[in-house]
Amino acid sequence: MTALDERRASPQRPRPRPAAVPAPRRRDRSLRGWVRRGGLVTLLFAAPMIFVFTVYSWWPILQSLWMSFQKTNLITYQFVGLDNFVNVLTDPVLGRAVVNTLYFALLALIFGFPLPIFMAVLMSEVKRLKGFYSALAYLPVVVPPVVAILLWQFFYKASPTGVFNTVLGWVGIPPQPWIQDAVQAMPSLVLEATWAGAGGSIIIYLAALLSVPPELYDAAEVDGASIWHKIWHVTLPQLRGVIFIMLILQVIATAQVFLEPFLFTGGGPNNSTVTVLLLIYRYAFENSLGGKYGEATALSVMLALFLAAASFLYFKATQKWSTD
Amino acid sequence: MKGKTMKSPTKVIAIAAAFATVASLAACSGGGASDGKIELRVATFPPGADQAAYDAFATQEAQFEKKYPNIDIIGVEYEWEGPTFTAQLAAGSLPDVFTVPFTDAKTLLENGQLADVTEEIEKLGYADKFNPIILDAVKDADGHLFGFPRQAYALGLQYNRDLFEQAGLDPNSPPTTWDEVREYAKQIAEKTGKAGYATMTQNNTGGWQLTAQAASRGGFLQSDDGTTSTIANDGVKATLQFFHDLRWEDHSMGDNFLLDWGSINQEFAAGNIGMYTSGSDLYTALVRDFSLDPAVYGLTTIPMEDGGKVLGGGDIAVLPPSLDDATKDAAVKWVDWYYMQKLLNEDAAAADAKALADSGQAVGTPVLPVLDQATYEESLTWIEPYVNVPREQMQGFIDHIFEQTPVGEPKSHTQEIYALLDPVVQAVLTDENADIDALLAQADTDAQALLG
Repeated sequence: MTALDERRASPQRPRPRPAAVPAPRRRDRSLRGWVRRGGLVTLLFAAPMIFVFTVYSWWPILQSLWMSFQKTNLITYQFVGLDNFVNVLTDPVLGRAVVNTLYFALLALIFGFPLPIFMAVLMSEVKRLKGFYSALAYLPVVVPPVVAILLWQFFYKASPTGVFNTVLGWVGIPPQPWIQDAVQAMPSLVLEATWAGAGGSIIIYLAALLSVPPELYDAAEVDGASIWHKIWHVTLPQLRGVIFIMLILQVIATAQVFLEPFLFTGGGPNNSTVTVLLLIYRYAFENSLGGKYGEATALSVMLALFLAAASFLYFKATQKWSTD
Repeated sequence: MKGKTMKSPTKVIAIAAAFATVASLAACSGGGASDGKIELRVATFPPGADQAAYDAFATQEAQFEKKYPNIDIIGVEYEWEGPTFTAQLAAGSLPDVFTVPFTDAKTLLENGQLADVTEEIEKLGYADKFNPIILDAVKDADGHLFGFPRQAYALGLQYNRDLFEQAGLDPNSPPTTWDEVREYAKQIAEKTGKAGYATMTQNNTGGWQLTAQAASRGGFLQSDDGTTSTIANDGVKATLQFFHDLRWEDHSMGDNFLLDWGSINQEFAAGNIGMYTSGSDLYTALVRDFSLDPAVYGLTTIPMEDGGKVLGGGDIAVLPPSLDDATKDAAVKWVDWYYMQKLLNEDAAAADAKALADSGQAVGTPVLPVLDQATYEESLTWIEPYVNVPREQMQGFIDHIFEQTPVGEPKSHTQEIYALLDPVVQAVLTDENADIDALLAQADTDAQALLG
């Protein structure tokens, strides 16, 4: 207890109460006390970061929120109320973009999400060359995404001499159109995205696996559990906190998928790979004179709100399960 | 101790604040000439242009400054790109002289983003020398002029002479009807395994090329005043049917249907495409940027049917409206000297061609004259000694382009209409059962919604 606290507390109270509870609250009220305890220094250290975030992150966010109610070509601004939102919601391509984005997310969830968990568990069982396998799994992450996509464009060549089609030819499967076909394009993009993203997830799961107490496996073994029993009853329950976080991160990432459709197909063929983010890009930049910045920001705001709400609900719904 | 630590953050703030103030002041005080010369910032080349282009520009800059010693030319890298352009326009960092394509000039002048140069053009004395169709792109409703059309192109049929030979076709007799194009494409595909014919499909270029090929069949996308969509016409339908037949019956369009201006050029330069339509001035870019072997290049006119017209385009040298009188005067001098005199004046034309040829740039690529045909043809004789492109391989185009009637791109919402048509072209090329009538009806409704 400080001298100041004693002076304030002692005259009124016959029995001094433990100072730990009320004291911090009182100290907060005094500016001098706050300064003396280092509050100012903390603020000073944080100030550059706060400044940078304000200028380059929060301020643009607020500006874009404001822009979603305006019609603008970045030179003239005109308040149009909810017109941009109405325009976006009545755009026939929006439905297509939402369905495509959900389809991408679903495919990525079914094929892309379990794969890194499976690979990580498998790799954690490997006794030799563990570092080598980790490096191998992480390699695609090191390749710059644009380079990776250009490379895969080459693999996806639809002619019989394309890399994948040559491989398929060895086992008697006829050449596939890959990204040149409205039906196959989206799964092809998911395949590349899975390849490109799995490495990062594997490393995170591998790290999480290290925190599983080995005694649990020993106990399970004593109980006669098979390897699959151990994975199902020990590994996965121990990993679930990480799995939940990875799941929500993946959902957010896939809802914002842009690079693959932008570089592989430009949203084609026939809009079969237009995603919400690509639509935002098109609103803003399709016309060389811009002009639809209002619609672009309106759709961005809607996407952000949707993702925020979805994340909140997801955490609420799974809070109990993930922390038990 | 505490007293000391209290002081040092204050000092830190003071120093940081002083530093920030100084830095911002320094940033504000950049630029500005002090020797009495007028500084004129002019657009030069896109970022990444080769050194030869800069060498040629430096020569011309020196020549201009010698003639006008009170003007200091500052070359600024510049590229017509939607996002960058809008940002530069908003930030006021555009050069004092820059170029914009015909398609966007109307919107810019209607928005009041270009300077009125009617008086200046009249004073220079060549207002009535311009090709009237081209001058229309820079004219407002009252007949005021907002720019100097500086170069134009017509769409032409590009072809690979090497693939023609491999397929047993005579590269000196390129096809003259759409039926022949189909026939030739089929033969190329069968004999060489390459795409006999290809068309752009992405990033608004699908709509652009559909517009061009439909125009050659007499089909136009809008009424003359740009208020009514006429997309679902016979010319557009015939073009899509042509794509369908080549793709699904003849299998002569290869296997890549996600092509834009850059990627189709790349495929063509790599010898994977027999024929496609693009601008008549493409040779320069194909050789300089896509490493095309000049010997395999061929260019002819697009076949015309049923009152068809040839789609043209080009760009215009313009000034922002915010220039003060002295700078505007200097800017007009530059435009006249750098862009216009080489079209009008023998000495200027020869000097320009020499500067380009000396630094290995293409001279003599076929264009659509922005001035009248007589002046254009005369200008060709001035530069003859410096022509370094194989004009004999472009004979089909050179001989017949003046028999064709040029037409401008759709007037209203051009890029957005093109964007609407990209998926239509893609649908026909990737879905054998695509319903062309239904696709066009939908595109027509969407386009009419844009036109209002």
